[in-house]
Amino acid sequence: MNDAQGKGAGGDALARFVGVDKSYDGQTLAVRGLTLDVAKGEFLTLLGPSGSGKTTTLNMLAGFERPTRGTILLAGRPVDRLPPYQRNIGMVFQNYALFPHMTVADNVAFPLSVRGVAKGEIAQRVKRALATVQLEAFAGRRPTQLSGGQQQRIALARALVFEPSLVLMDEPLGALDKKLREQMQIEIKLLHERLGLTVVYVTHDQSEALTMSDRVAIFHDGEVEQLGQPDELYDRPRTPFVAGFIGENNLMVGTVASLAGGLARVMLAGGIEVMATPAGALAPGAQTVIAVRPEAIHIAASAGGENTMPAIVRSRIYLGDHQRLLTEISNRLVIRVKVPAATHAAQDAPILLSWPAADCLAFPSAGLADVTLNEEWTRS
Amino acid sequence: MLLSPYATLLDRVRVFALLAFCGVVLAFLVLPIFVPVPLSVNAEAFFTFPLAGFSWRWYDEVLNSTQWREAIWHSLVIAIGATLLSTTLGTLAAVGLNSPRLPARRAILAILMAPLVVPVVITAVGAYLFYARLGLASTFTGIILAHAGVGSPFVVVTVSASLTHFDDALFRAALICGARPLTAFRRVMLPLILPGVLSGAAFAFVGSFDELVISMFLASAQQRTLPMQMYVGLREHLSPAITAAATLMMSLSIVLLIVADRLRSRR
Repeated sequence: MNDAQGKGAGGDALARFVGVDKSYDGQTLAVRGLTLDVAKGEFLTLLGPSGSGKTTTLNMLAGFERPTRGTILLAGRPVDRLPPYQRNIGMVFQNYALFPHMTVADNVAFPLSVRGVAKGEIAQRVKRALATVQLEAFAGRRPTQLSGGQQQRIALARALVFEPSLVLMDEPLGALDKKLREQMQIEIKLLHERLGLTVVYVTHDQSEALTMSDRVAIFHDGEVEQLGQPDELYDRPRTPFVAGFIGENNLMVGTVASLAGGLARVMLAGGIEVMATPAGALAPGAQTVIAVRPEAIHIAASAGGENTMPAIVRSRIYLGDHQRLLTEISNRLVIRVKVPAATHAAQDAPILLSWPAADCLAFPSAGLADVTLNEEWTRS
Repeated sequence: MLLSPYATLLDRVRVFALLAFCGVVLAFLVLPIFVPVPLSVNAEAFFTFPLAGFSWRWYDEVLNSTQWREAIWHSLVIAIGATLLSTTLGTLAAVGLNSPRLPARRAILAILMAPLVVPVVITAVGAYLFYARLGLASTFTGIILAHAGVGSPFVVVTVSASLTHFDDALFRAALICGARPLTAFRRVMLPLILPGVLSGAAFAFVGSFDELVISMFLASAQQRTLPMQMYVGLREHLSPAITAAATLMMSLSIVLLIVADRLRSRR
């Protein structure tokens, strides 16, 4: 896998999936053919829609589920027969999973006390762990007396207190409101850097994945569709699914008319011709999906430039720092455009859209499941 | 409460009829239970109203005669044994039944619940014929086993109810924290389902303490239980002592069931 560079490359894998399949019912595979390395010290996010296999993957790493086929290695050793309690992995759960009958301090002490650590040392380490998440003052409280964000920090302290080799997080911020979530994202990221943790993080929130991760594995239908650093996934998606899932993209089906000079000439519906950069093996006459991001499109002053076409402004969404235009091109497809907030664009006004061929990717169109293509404008 | 401030005559009649109906139902269902109470403090040896006078003499007889005291002792030993056994087994069964991986859950549950549905006489005859072969008839062990069989379903029901509120993620959290399954059960699951376990235990205790039919089949004079003593007392010499024993038993049952109810509503 040549796009798995950066921290993920090399033999320094802390955890390794080798050809792992998982089936719950013996027929359909929840995870298939998974081969994935988790490098020491990296923040790896498993990103995908629900049912894509990311949580199953995490549960196999934790030891809650066994692979149907294949092997998982931890620090070079196969762990297929190793129960969760012997894996020395810390885990943060979606709904915190704090023990409601214990105080905050007892919750954090739990991993140490089941390991038979001496009482005095437990007290010290619990204190230190609570200090790490800035909740020393709450040691005597019950988890139910804390806010969601505080509970999540306690869960974090409990997962870190025994200095595990690997920390798993299963959508840990899903239950928090937006502001708190963003704050916790930064907090977790800083903890990761400060303590040198190895984190495998599961989320379905792509912006969360981009913000926090060293590398992101995009799960789709039980398989890793692409693995790479966030900017790589954003700038060079390899499939229409990844292009649509990471960030926003205008996705349109067309036919390859010709290939020349590293560019593809693509015919869209309604005879619109677009120049695009191939993002895979294309052949003339083949179907293709082109992707162009809203921020790559600008409003042109005059016709005749590269990928320049007339459009009509159908709707304008003001977002403070920028605005989004929904424009209709001549084949009636709606194209989303991101323009500066100051741009004047009146409702139903004709404009010219333009985007560089370098920012327009053309994918081989195999597998359009779960890919949301741009739709035609419907007058309501 | 039942009546709105603007009740019409018809509303008043309806509410009155409802209250009257409830009163009659309660009278027929509940009142008979309390009939022995006044009789147990009757000074005379007759089962008749009005009472001749107040006296503790029948309580004195129950609590101080060897026969009664032995019966009470036997009943306590059997009930405690049966409670411990059925609480353990019932809790284990409920935990197992709670796992989504268990195949044929419904069938297993139906089999476990059978003692609640099958007439007690059948259970008793079956237990007698089976245990006699094994040499368990006329032994405390045999009676405890048979009572535990009848008591376990109560525990399964109450513990299962508790488990529906138990978040499985807590058990997983305990495991990944390094706790072995038994430790995770003892330190995380058990404390949280304890109300269900204890209220099941209370039901099992009361069920065994009051049980007559199975005891009649399995027990000999050496294991005579309190309900058996009362039954024999009724047949042989009609002494008001049984009303005193009945009152004592009823008080214990009521106290235990109130405790069970409190435990179940707590959580």
